[in-house]
Amino acid sequence: MSERLWNILTEGFTRMLVPGLTVTIPLTVLGFSLAFVIAVAVALVQFAKVPVLKQVSRLYIWIFRGTPLLVQLYVIYYGLGQVGLRLSPFVAGVLTLGINEGAYCAESVRSALESIPVGQLEAGECVGMTWWQTIRRIILPQAMRTAFPPLGNSLIAMLKDTSLVSSITLAEMFMASKRLVGRYYEPMALYLEVAVFYLFFSTILTLLERWGEKKLNTYEYK
Amino acid sequence: MLEVRELKKSFRDQEILKGIDLTVEKGDVVAVIGPSGAGKTTLLRCINFLEKADSGAMTFDGADYDLGNMKKKDILSLRQKTGFVFQSYNLFRNKTALQNITEGLIVARKMVKEPAVAIAEEMLEKVGLLDKRDSYPSQLSGGQQQRVAIARAMAADPEIIYFDEPTSALDPELTGEVLTVMRRLAEEGMTMLVVTHELGFARSVADKVVFMEDGQVVESAPAGEFFAAPKTGRAKEFLRILDRA
Repeated sequence: MSERLWNILTEGFTRMLVPGLTVTIPLTVLGFSLAFVIAVAVALVQFAKVPVLKQVSRLYIWIFRGTPLLVQLYVIYYGLGQVGLRLSPFVAGVLTLGINEGAYCAESVRSALESIPVGQLEAGECVGMTWWQTIRRIILPQAMRTAFPPLGNSLIAMLKDTSLVSSITLAEMFMASKRLVGRYYEPMALYLEVAVFYLFFSTILTLLERWGEKKLNTYEYK
Repeated sequence: MLEVRELKKSFRDQEILKGIDLTVEKGDVVAVIGPSGAGKTTLLRCINFLEKADSGAMTFDGADYDLGNMKKKDILSLRQKTGFVFQSYNLFRNKTALQNITEGLIVARKMVKEPAVAIAEEMLEKVGLLDKRDSYPSQLSGGQQQRVAIARAMAADPEIIYFDEPTSALDPELTGEVLTVMRRLAEEGMTMLVVTHELGFARSVADKVVFMEDGQVVESAPAGEFFAAPKTGRAKEFLRILDRA
């Protein structure tokens, strides 16, 4: 490897790592937290068959699963900006990622809820607990265990999707690599370098997921 | 203590319960028997509101209720006075044996933890499973799970415990240990309404037998009388077939 390329890559290391840690990771964590909250609420509304809200949930899932994330980003950042609701690129990114991934996660949580035998809910009600108490203490904890692997998938997907937020001017990790390519014209080396960063972060998430799954497994099977 | 009058229930256009009358006196063990599809389980589920009855009246502990039109508040308070044991146990899978019992006490009855644990341990001791207090349901045999489920039903000190074919999912060996627990419970004076296929249990433990067929109570009599000389032809035939098997 030429010395020039080596120097570019070492410069790239810090120039990508810093926005990676300060933008990409917070974007992922906040976006996924939002997605998770939305997912549980939307899944419960459907599970409980709440009239009206149930239809609203289906509409939400239909729209946000049926349109591209990139288009959603443009509508929420540029579109809302035009009609007077100016969000910072970071806030627009968190919102869009959360609402978008929330639609997918809601389906994961809903199917997990529906996989819990109805006898669990009946048993809760028979010991005098209310519907909500049973959901919170018996059904949701079991459903979360089932939903954990697909939710882990969604988390990793979101980490990678944060790269799209560069298109609404947010200086995250992928934007940093694009700028370096613009300056040095070494697309192969620099884009591979940023790919390695994404791989590194997603590997950490995978390990976390595996650890979490093991912890949640305590009560299942011998 | 419990009286049910004219209980009716249909699923779609099929009538499952065609007007059931049933009385359970305090301290009695009432066995509900009859062929599959008679509506025995539906009866039990309607009395505990797991299914909504179409119509009917109920008197529980002196208070009257309209089964076709129950208030949520009444359902909740009645369930705190009753225990329910399912055919498929339905222990909370994410809770240990002990937690399965304390859960209802702490969450539904707002008991503090220490006395709840003390009660749970006492109940586990009664069903002979204190050593399994920290086991999860998946680590217990079917018979053990059902015994924990009975302990859970007993813990709230209910006025009556409903049993829905409590041994039907168990092999004969495990059936014995569950029936032993139920027998002891009956001896202690617990009021029990038991849907069962165990005629031996009904014969030796029950005070009263209710024979159901096709959504109706065909015959209702003290257990001794019923088994010695059933009055209706259908009950006679039912007993004959089962005795031969």
